[in-house]
Amino acid sequence: MLRNLWQRLVAPIDPPLMALAALLLGYALLVLASASPERLASQALNMLVALVVMRLVAQVPPQKMMHFALPVFVIGVLLLIAVALFGDISKGARRWLNIGFMRIQPSEIMKIAMPLMLAWYFQRHETTLRLREYAVATLVLVLPVGLIAKQPDLGTAILVFAAGCYVIFLAGLSWKVIAGLFVAACASAPLAWSLLRDYQKSRILTLLDPESDPLGKGFHIIQSTIAIGSGGIFGKGWGQGTQAQLEFIPERHTDFIFAVLSEELGLIGITVLLALYALLIGRGLMIAANAPTMFTRLLAGSITLIFFTYAFVNMGMVSGILPVVGVPLPFISYGGTALVTLFLGIGILMSIHRHRMLVQQ
Amino acid sequence: MEFKNADDELHYFRRRLTGAGSFVLFAFVVLFARFVWLQVFQHSYYQTRAEDNRISLVPILPNRGLIIDRNGVVLARNYSAYTLEITPSKVVDLEKTIDELEQVIEIQAKDRKRFKRLLEESRNFESLPIRNRLSDEEVAKFIARRYRFPGVDVKARLFRQYPFNESASHLLGYIGRITDRDLTTIEERDMEDNYRGTEHFGKSGLEQKYEFDLHGQTGFEQVEVDSSGRAVRVLSRIPPVAGNNLTLTVDAKLQEVAEQAFGDRRGALVAIEPATGGILALVSMPGFDPNLFVDGIDTQSWDALNNSLDKPMINRALNGTYPPGSTFKPYMALAALENGKRTPQQTIFDPGYYNFGGHVFHDDKKGGHGSVNMYKSIVESCDTYYYMLANDLGIDSIAGFMRQFGFGQRTGIDIEGESEGVLPSQEWKRKRFKRPDQQRWYAGETISIGIGQGYNAYTPIQLAQAMATLANNGVMYRPHIVKFVADTKTGAAIPVEPRPLRTIPLKPGNIEIIKQALVGVNKEGTGSRAFVGAEYVSAGKTGTAQVYSLKGEKYSEGHVKERMRDHALFIAFAPAEQPRIALAVLVENGGFGAQAAAPIARQVLDYYLLGKRPKTPAPADETDAEED
Repeated sequence: MLRNLWQRLVAPIDPPLMALAALLLGYALLVLASASPERLASQALNMLVALVVMRLVAQVPPQKMMHFALPVFVIGVLLLIAVALFGDISKGARRWLNIGFMRIQPSEIMKIAMPLMLAWYFQRHETTLRLREYAVATLVLVLPVGLIAKQPDLGTAILVFAAGCYVIFLAGLSWKVIAGLFVAACASAPLAWSLLRDYQKSRILTLLDPESDPLGKGFHIIQSTIAIGSGGIFGKGWGQGTQAQLEFIPERHTDFIFAVLSEELGLIGITVLLALYALLIGRGLMIAANAPTMFTRLLAGSITLIFFTYAFVNMGMVSGILPVVGVPLPFISYGGTALVTLFLGIGILMSIHRHRMLVQQ
Repeated sequence: MEFKNADDELHYFRRRLTGAGSFVLFAFVVLFARFVWLQVFQHSYYQTRAEDNRISLVPILPNRGLIIDRNGVVLARNYSAYTLEITPSKVVDLEKTIDELEQVIEIQAKDRKRFKRLLEESRNFESLPIRNRLSDEEVAKFIARRYRFPGVDVKARLFRQYPFNESASHLLGYIGRITDRDLTTIEERDMEDNYRGTEHFGKSGLEQKYEFDLHGQTGFEQVEVDSSGRAVRVLSRIPPVAGNNLTLTVDAKLQEVAEQAFGDRRGALVAIEPATGGILALVSMPGFDPNLFVDGIDTQSWDALNNSLDKPMINRALNGTYPPGSTFKPYMALAALENGKRTPQQTIFDPGYYNFGGHVFHDDKKGGHGSVNMYKSIVESCDTYYYMLANDLGIDSIAGFMRQFGFGQRTGIDIEGESEGVLPSQEWKRKRFKRPDQQRWYAGETISIGIGQGYNAYTPIQLAQAMATLANNGVMYRPHIVKFVADTKTGAAIPVEPRPLRTIPLKPGNIEIIKQALVGVNKEGTGSRAFVGAEYVSAGKTGTAQVYSLKGEKYSEGHVKERMRDHALFIAFAPAEQPRIALAVLVENGGFGAQAAAPIARQVLDYYLLGKRPKTPAPADETDAEED
């Protein structure tokens, strides 16, 4: 009886994905216990919630997800418009929407809603994919991204934009067009620059020469780079990072937690993390490769690549090769919202994998 | 793009997927390379930067060395007190903060003014005192409200204190807050590390001259700090080493007696131990209170000191130059004996004037001294004798002889601010003036040189040094104030060795003749009234230096304004046979030396030789003195 129950509980769960996710969560708790021990319990709770979400999503068949794609996307866009009009301002950005009993961040929804929407769209036009479809897809992508970037929330905008681009790329947009777009993007870089806000510009400038303003905008990058570099191959030891423990690393439990990890656990610790990410991404791509329909392939592929984007942008920013944008380190950074979104993605991957045969039959 | 069948489509999708996977791998390799670069190749650089972040060196100030007189009386010491300090860089609105502070702790207008001054002079982000010497009650009151005043704090600090206030102020000097100029001095000495955290620096007197002895060695605490600069724990500590104590040759009581003898008159007194050159007392009146400078002097006091007609900030003993007047005569007589221009018995006749080339030089005594030999010329201070003698010796011979006694040269005493003075000679005049007719020495100019007037201008310390050298039979010492420096680390006392500068080749018999004449001055001559009833044998010479030249008229005190009156001088040593003290006294605008300066010398000698403490300032002899 009990065994039966357990069987039913774990049935939709993909063991390799689950194992990798569990290792990452364990790792996260280890690092957080050093960076901010007082947040350990609440993060454990966040993880529990995220796992429940994952499990629930994992049993939803992809066909059902397709039904949700359009409504979720439309609601997401409407909410984004609502934010732009009535959103709460916090730290100079209008990102939150107060819906009475709680505050929600609609841009977060778009991280999943966007690939869902585009995958559904391409699935619908599977047999007639021409340039027109790609152009429509691009429009579908650009509208919410623009709304998010205007909040401004560059980090989320980049993630959502990347998610959409992955879908379009995997759907087979021809290389010629990609090359053309790339050239066009480079050409319009100055225009994009002029559209950026002052603080965004200064972040990019700071990246180029952080020491030019060591006490101001460059402080974060300088301190996190010092933390990483001083960690060395073996690290200073768990709980022994002077940069971390003496609070030289800013945001050390959220966006800059990677600096804490690097300082205390060294290159070895980083290698372990990179390996876990690589395996997780590998498993995700495998699931995508074996997915039965266009919708599931595109969705699985783009969600997997979103994991990569999170990791790359965060590590790049903390180690000073990318500008500072608010992107957390996936699975490791403290915070419930991002974690739930990530496990929503994992749940979708599991569902796609589990239902691959069912569709074919 | 159109796919012919599902297999084609899957195939194509997988190629895209492989591409994406390759990109992921490539990106991770780039990241990994970045981490290897930072953590392996740049590791030691970032290691150092992390340590620099973490460890802060906090200076621990050493106690400044004490200044102690020859009998162990402390003249400069330190005491600990609480100050209320503001760090301007941490305060948004200074005026408002001070206004609010005023509600809690009394802040006077002068405190505000001084704070403003300090703020203007401030060189970095240091905290500056708004109030000094807080009472315990005030400290408690502020601590309870500290949260309202970010950037304001109570600090315990050591303060320099000069317990005798104005006494010996020119000698001790004072310390004040470090200025850019002081920083340059520190940098030249390569002492920046040792002065980290130090806020005061010797500005004048011994405090300045012996700054690097008195300062001591700054200790350091290695402290681990967090990003906001708060100390987390102490890693290591090098304790500070207190500055070296100075023990002086000065007798603080004698100094006080001498100062009190001046009353409210202006002037200077230098007393020297002839056998060593050690300064027993060095007085410049009026003095100032060096305590005013320690916390940064307020504008009012500063203006008062600077604008006073009495110029209290000038060290007259070293910096002031005055004609020696008749105190020059014994040296002139000695020069005559050494050069064979006069014998002691040789007499001249003094009709009351000396006619040189149609120009008449008057003697102070109307009708003259009559027949005058060398002894009488000194005891009665006959001018005519020296008009003639000067003419016989000639200017360069006089200058050559006087130079040996240190006239017109800095003595090299161990405080700053000495003037050179003027020892007139043909060469001096050539250098001093520009026009050829001015550069020429006229024989007539030599005449008044003989009685210590004319171009003659010497500092009181030069007069005292010459007197000490004569008392010491021609053996000359460099005057010095510090007897020894006590090394705090080793406990060793490093003495300032008495250094004989030179021995002037003088015939002992000649010295004896002059000394006896000087004894005669105090026994039966111009100094006798001041030394009546003295229980020791002293030698002295009165002098009066002209401030205002009255051509052909008889000088009369009453008719001349106070500031135009002559300066009174007196030089002396005692006991005559075994001199223990030699001194020079100058009273600005005091009139006759016998009246104003000699009584001061009497009180100083009485105290030093007999331990007698006078109750009142030396009385100026008001009886009509005939001559000087």
